[in-house]
Amino acid sequence: MAPQPQRLRWFTFAAPSRFYTLAGALVPWLWAAAAVLGAAGLYIGFFVAPTDAQQGEAYRIIFIHVPAAWMSMLIYAVMAGWAALGYVFNARMAAMLARALAPTGALATCVALVTGAFWGQPTWGTWWVWDARLTSELMLLFLYLAYMALVTSIDDPRRADQAGALLAIVGVANLPVIYFSVRWWNTLHQGASVSMTAAPKMADTMFAALLLMSLAFWAYAAAVSLTRARAIVLEREADAEWVRERVAAGRERAA
Amino acid sequence: MPALFITLYLRELRLARRRPVEVVLPLVFCAAAVSLFPLAVGPEPQTLRQIAPGVVWACALLAAMLSVTQLYALDGADGTLEQMLLGDPGGGVIAVAKAAAHWSLTGLPLVLLAPLFGLLLGLRGAALGVLAVSLLLGTPVLSLLGNVAAALTQGLRSAAMLIVLLVLPLSIPALVFGTGAVAAVEGGQSPGAHYSLLGALLIFSALTALPATAAALRISME
Repeated sequence: MAPQPQRLRWFTFAAPSRFYTLAGALVPWLWAAAAVLGAAGLYIGFFVAPTDAQQGEAYRIIFIHVPAAWMSMLIYAVMAGWAALGYVFNARMAAMLARALAPTGALATCVALVTGAFWGQPTWGTWWVWDARLTSELMLLFLYLAYMALVTSIDDPRRADQAGALLAIVGVANLPVIYFSVRWWNTLHQGASVSMTAAPKMADTMFAALLLMSLAFWAYAAAVSLTRARAIVLEREADAEWVRERVAAGRERAA
Repeated sequence: MPALFITLYLRELRLARRRPVEVVLPLVFCAAAVSLFPLAVGPEPQTLRQIAPGVVWACALLAAMLSVTQLYALDGADGTLEQMLLGDPGGGVIAVAKAAAHWSLTGLPLVLLAPLFGLLLGLRGAALGVLAVSLLLGTPVLSLLGNVAAALTQGLRSAAMLIVLLVLPLSIPALVFGTGAVAAVEGGQSPGAHYSLLGALLIFSALTALPATAAALRISME
């Protein structure tokens, strides 16, 4: 094997101090991206995209509902992935990231459920039905709440991380149920809006707005969870030298 | 390893025999919870028959969750659990023995009593048998899931509430297919498909929940 001139350093940012600096540099950019993409997405969605032939103007909530529903599942998968990494390799930073993602995931699930209710009222004539998609999404919310409750009720951080990781991994079984629920049970909820395997069935402007809103949600979720992860790092590493220096420097700047 | 399993299993049964009230308590709880529904929903036979499978299943779930809280509490408090985990085969055998004992002590009696509960709520004929069979396949799933939650929350202050919150989202498929089997028979169809799904669920949860319980016990001892 030829000698490699530059070794890829995968674990550079697994050190909390380096992660803290990197996240601090990324967060403003992520907020800016979320604001710009969100403004563009909302403008196209609410003013440019055409009125839907069947649902009139009520469909426009799709631009918030669908990205939020995607995020709710994606964040759970990412959270479980980081939790598993933290569990297997005993990586502290991965466990802290998993913990930082949970509240954002729970929020996305809430937004998906609430906007779904606002969409269901005019189109289905009801705020809530016990259909497969809605019920499994509600269970996802309970899973997030269970994860957060378990993690906060264990005082020892190491045990909390590992117990939470086990729960998160076991709960992954719920994700395919949500994702395929509209196909497995043919209930009231409409089928997937956008498919990987077929050309988009909606107007180009609608699709563009949906895409922009999804990217905005991604940027928002990344910004918020990185900010939360930084707070967790400070809390857990409060005894470390670099945290004391940072806090002292911050006090000086404030004074 | 089988010898150790039998020893642990028999130990659980012997401990239970010395505290018979704790074995009967989940069944009494279940009976009381079932009898709440005719009072709260109303005594119309038609309505009661329709909700009967769901009521029995939901009460069985709650009874299983409430009884599972005690599974590791005593052994954890007096250090027995730690000693057992230090042994050679470790958490796996303990998890299997505890789950089997929990099911024999609370799941099996519930399966046997389920036709009586069904009869009280107005189920007739074949539906009673189907309800019992669906619980026979489903209550082990509840014991296995409860086992994971009990191991995860071992020694915590709010363990009982947490267990319900942890298990509820994961037990929904068992609830859906268990009550679905009875509904299928009432509607004149075969419950076979629901049995198959419950069986698959049982195999899947045995394969995932037992290693997860063993891992959770190790974490709780650190």
